Amino acid sequence: MNVIDVRGLVKRFGGKTVVDHVTMTVGEGEIVGFLGPNGSGKTTTIRIMCGLLTPDEGEGTVLGFDIRADSLRIKREVGYMTQKFSFYEDLTIGENLEFVARLYQLKPVEDYVSRTLRELGLSTRRNQLAGTLSGGWKQRLALAACIMHKPKLLLLDEPTAGVDPKARREFWDEIHRLAGGGLTVLISTHYMDEAERCHRISYISYGKLLATGTVDEVVENAGLTTFVVQGPRLGRVAEALEGRPGVDQVAPFGATLHVVGSDKAALEKALADVEKEHKGVTVTPGETSLEDVFIQFMAGSKDNMA
Amino acid sequence: MKNGLKAVFSFARLGALLIKEFIQMRRDRITFAMMLGVPLLQLVLFGFAINNDPKSLPTALVAMSNDQYTRAIVSALQMTRYYRFDHVAESAAEAEMLMAKGAVSFVVTIPADFARRVERGDSPQILIEADATDPAAASGAISTLGTVASQALLRAQGMQATAAETAKQQLRVVVHQRYNPEGISQYNIVPGLLGVILQMTMVMMTAMALTRETERGTMENLLAMPSSPTEIMLGKVLPFLVVGAVQVAVVLAAAKLLFGVPFVGSLTLLLSSVLVFVLSLVLLGYTISTMARSQMQAMQLTFFFFLPSLLLSGFMFPYRGMPGWAQILGEIFPLTHFLRITRAVMLKGANFNAVAAEIGWLSVFVVLFAGVALARFRRTLD
Repeated sequence: MNVIDVRGLVKRFGGKTVVDHVTMTVGEGEIVGFLGPNGSGKTTTIRIMCGLLTPDEGEGTVLGFDIRADSLRIKREVGYMTQKFSFYEDLTIGENLEFVARLYQLKPVEDYVSRTLRELGLSTRRNQLAGTLSGGWKQRLALAACIMHKPKLLLLDEPTAGVDPKARREFWDEIHRLAGGGLTVLISTHYMDEAERCHRISYISYGKLLATGTVDEVVENAGLTTFVVQGPRLGRVAEALEGRPGVDQVAPFGATLHVVGSDKAALEKALADVEKEHKGVTVTPGETSLEDVFIQFMAGSKDNMA
Repeated sequence: MKNGLKAVFSFARLGALLIKEFIQMRRDRITFAMMLGVPLLQLVLFGFAINNDPKSLPTALVAMSNDQYTRAIVSALQMTRYYRFDHVAESAAEAEMLMAKGAVSFVVTIPADFARRVERGDSPQILIEADATDPAAASGAISTLGTVASQALLRAQGMQATAAETAKQQLRVVVHQRYNPEGISQYNIVPGLLGVILQMTMVMMTAMALTRETERGTMENLLAMPSSPTEIMLGKVLPFLVVGAVQVAVVLAAAKLLFGVPFVGSLTLLLSSVLVFVLSLVLLGYTISTMARSQMQAMQLTFFFFLPSLLLSGFMFPYRGMPGWAQILGEIFPLTHFLRITRAVMLKGANFNAVAAEIGWLSVFVVLFAGVALARFRRTLD
């Protein structure tokens, strides 16, 4: 049985369709990355899954509970970490955890709280106001608070936004440790390196789910060809390439240019022309990255909207 | 079935919410200080300002003659310390003008034939016009008038040793209360203040309850955790019942100690009515909280409610002095009913039967507001 199994979810705010027929399944113990640009509907989709929003259309189950009828059961079994820190800044770290423990009726409260504090390494800071914590610590506190009741599914909404690389690394180690223990994780993010740490990814743009699968599958299914251009005066070369048929993306990467296109033949012709026009320029086949794919998706969906 | 009930209400979860609220309340020092400071400040300001029996009120004298009787009465009035004669008007019209401007609170007119009438024993009259736009201010001064004036006259006549007995019986002091013939007695104010203070703090504080969670972004988390609308409502509302209890104690103690307001009724009856009243207020505040989108809006809605309830409840103006439609409108405010209860119990010693109907009204508000609040509460972010 899939932990998340939703079909045809639609959510409209005003006249705007924010989630447009999203179908998604997540199996037990999977870490699924939920990717997409700002405002693409990631948060809305996650909120529907944890019962915070009612979908206008569509149906599905989370942990076997119907997302419309059993939202209270879902809330008890799911750990949801909001995008913005949403614990009480005027409560201490200890008091916040006690509040959560009591609300989930975890007994004895003190055992849960002190264990969580110990695991976080926050035992000595128990009486510190949560509002005085740095971004990284707030995020760790929030994660600790939402796994305290041992949920079977974690929904994390951009948990690593504004967190330094070391804290991010530690965060992901923790996520993998939890998934190893059978916890299922759906995590939304902007970061490509984080996407590559997921078992599977789903890409959403303007409310539509555009791709899903492992990172390799998504890259391969995108059907993009990438060439690496090297040589002098790459700025000029980039200008020359821009807008030619077959050339979809030109992006400088250090001392090279990544040139990406979906029509391989047209792209090769464009590059051959440019190679002739500019002396000392060499073109070699390159590897398409996940980022290239996403940029392509974003450009494509913008066209759809217009 | 048991599981179904557990989903709707659990004491453990309510306990979690209550503890959280109390901690936040304690930590928010300014708000906490306000909740205790507001009743004291209001009580002292309002109480003394309205309630104190003001002395040395500016008075204009219109004396047509300067005889010994006139002088005796004027000095006797001055001796009461209520009247301060700082204007001598040449004519009634000038005195009228002074009062219209608010320069004087009283105009004392002693007619030209006053001395002659005293000597003849021909029922002499003096006229006192009081500016009763602030009736409480004038009432003390007026109440001393009759005796003071006749005694003064008596003394003046004693010196003359003529027709003293007749004059004593015959002096007539005519009092005209101007602008507002219906006076509010002082004791009306402090029991009324109990209701007003409770209304102000209770409604405003609870009106912020949900909007504060929404503005701080904690609402999303609260909704994502297992807590039912009933639990959230009670968790928000019950702590303020405790605050309200403290306020009631402060106001009642001050009423007794600072203002010497008589308390003739049953304390139990009053406190039970206060409980129902406060419950209706916090639920009203919570209802506002489910409507407002921000704390600012909650504040505005509170004041929108606050002003008419002050004006129409009978706190500021006599309820019976209002036109019929305004009286009907006044009935929709819990304060109106509470004022009747508290004045009846504190001042008239009314028993339960006498105020049962008003308590019934308050109970209706409790049920109504709780129903509206729960119906309006969104357990989702839609």
